[in-house]
Amino acid sequence: MWDYTEKVKEHFLHPRNTGEIPQPDLDATVGNITCGDALRLMVKLDKAGRIADAKFQTFGCASAIASSDALIELIKGKTLAEAERITNDDIAAYLGGLPEAKMHCSVMGMEALQKAIAQYRKQPFELEEEGRVVCRCFGVTDRLIEKVVREHNLHTVEEVTHYTKAGGGCGGCHREIEALIAKVHGQPPAKAAKPPARQAAMTNLQRINRIQEVIENEIRPLLQADGGDVDLVDVDGKNVQVAFRGHCAWCPVSDVTLKGAVQAKLRELVDGDIVVEDVGEHLTQA
Amino acid sequence: MPKVIYLDNNATTAVAPEVREAMTPFLDTLYGNPSSIHTFGGQVARHVDDARAQVAELLGADPSEILFTSCGTESDNAAIRSALATQPDRHHIITSRVEHPAVLNLVRLLGTPGPGRTHYRVTELGVDAQGMMDLADLEKALDDDTALVSIMWANNETGVLFPVEEIGALCRRRGVLFHTDAVQAVGKLPIDLSKTPVDMLSLSGHKLHAPKGVGALYVRRGTRFSPFIVGGHQEHNRRGGTESVPLIVALGKAAELAKKNMRLEQTRVRALRDRLERGILASTPGAILNGHPTERLPNTTNISFEFVEGEAILLMLDQHGICASSGSACTSGSLEPSHVMRAMGVPFTAAHGSIRFSLSVYNTEDEIDKVLEVLPPIIRRLREISPFGRDKLAATK
Repeated sequence: MWDYTEKVKEHFLHPRNTGEIPQPDLDATVGNITCGDALRLMVKLDKAGRIADAKFQTFGCASAIASSDALIELIKGKTLAEAERITNDDIAAYLGGLPEAKMHCSVMGMEALQKAIAQYRKQPFELEEEGRVVCRCFGVTDRLIEKVVREHNLHTVEEVTHYTKAGGGCGGCHREIEALIAKVHGQPPAKAAKPPARQAAMTNLQRINRIQEVIENEIRPLLQADGGDVDLVDVDGKNVQVAFRGHCAWCPVSDVTLKGAVQAKLRELVDGDIVVEDVGEHLTQA
Repeated sequence: MPKVIYLDNNATTAVAPEVREAMTPFLDTLYGNPSSIHTFGGQVARHVDDARAQVAELLGADPSEILFTSCGTESDNAAIRSALATQPDRHHIITSRVEHPAVLNLVRLLGTPGPGRTHYRVTELGVDAQGMMDLADLEKALDDDTALVSIMWANNETGVLFPVEEIGALCRRRGVLFHTDAVQAVGKLPIDLSKTPVDMLSLSGHKLHAPKGVGALYVRRGTRFSPFIVGGHQEHNRRGGTESVPLIVALGKAAELAKKNMRLEQTRVRALRDRLERGILASTPGAILNGHPTERLPNTTNISFEFVEGEAILLMLDQHGICASSGSACTSGSLEPSHVMRAMGVPFTAAHGSIRFSLSVYNTEDEIDKVLEVLPPIIRRLREISPFGRDKLAATK
């Protein structure tokens, strides 16, 4: 289980750079408690613009804490221009390597640094703010996915998950990740299934049947594979009421993602004007 | 390396010295095949029968109702597949959202349409914030198409008990087969199947001080059974494959020991567990018990530490030789917290920091006190490192 190098263990058990800096020049947080890890990076610059001191606060596993500590060891004494060249590979290398499934911890370190520098320079942080969110469970953009695919020559969704966590939640974005991988490697993206020709005039009963079919055959299997589910509650004209169950009901982003995904599927396969409404009772988070 | 303090008995247990002693001759001189005609092999069959009687005795069952398997997962697979195979006209399965993956993943597979397999309708019953199920939900879910209800006796992560008597009675009234995964319950709770309406029950050897690689399935007499592993005539044609005699003998001995130690589970183990639980909850701010406070196995406690991550806690405990487990994302093999914590609606701030301690008759008071000594500083230290919750918890100190 503890597939960590001695160096990871040392930086986890005895981090040198944890704490707070009062009035830091740079201060950025990436990740959040929902996702299971988060890193706040604080940096103080000297008059020459070099990193005089830096501290971190991290919520996460051993490799997240060790990666944070390693990041700071790597950036101390550097100018921001020098520091921003540090990659997640440098962090992993400093630690003598990280288990494959934990590479995202080193990526989190790199992200925190780049975000802090971008904010300091009042520039947009492109990995987070630009591009399109692909994995909504963990809030990962296409920019970040393309970056790790390019820099690490990744070829599978699983590899992308190891580096970014993208695709590690509900699994609804696996096809999009595959398309991004294909795009980076210059292959034509896998052809999406061609939607059937829109039927001109469906009776209400036909529409209900078709909606039922699509939910049963196209949507539920995907959700169930991850412990979620959806029930069709009612169809009123083009208004489709559904209730998410299980994991989906619990997921804080189900409102945006799942509703959107179900609606997109129904629009694709049944009727372009369908509006999906979630009428299930969501579990509230304390 | 410090002395090991083993508090992960719901994951696996130490092989009892008596068990080891009982099985050794079958690794040594008594290596015969129990199906052989000659005396040398045939003499071994008697020991398999004895083991069957020992397991039956622990469960309040008849020896003819016990068949040996390779593990709890095989028992679960065999029970569920058999229930479906013997009732080809029924296509609905009811289970709970907090089952062990041995049940849940199989049932979900059966519920996913795919080429070449029958598609079953699956109902996964939810649990409340304390991990308890509502019988009314089961009653509502049962219909004429229901082939099987498979609900665990005790949850492996929280120890929460399910109302097996009531579930069984309800299923019987409706003429529906009831299987229970009792892998965590057997040996920790008195079980009497002569009085409990269960049709099939799974158990695993290595959770009750036998080695890994052996389990058993109870099939109530009169329940139609279709074998999962098809082969020779072993186990009265219900499970093909030459019997693993040493492991079966070991399981028999372990069952006998468990019967003898049952009182200790309910007294000493429970007292140690309570000491640990109360101590942690009293000494550590932001520590929350997961699961019903009383309707639980006597050996299990599952506690969330808000704003810290489980793997980090485990690795720090490991420095002191303390073995426990966590439902955090980093230890669940996925990127999300355990399905049990999710089903109970444990908030994210706590789900990632859930730790399970599971005890056995071999634990001592000194070991528990050692945990109570080292755990609070670990949590404090990790909270110092964490960017979350410091303000909230400072107020409670």
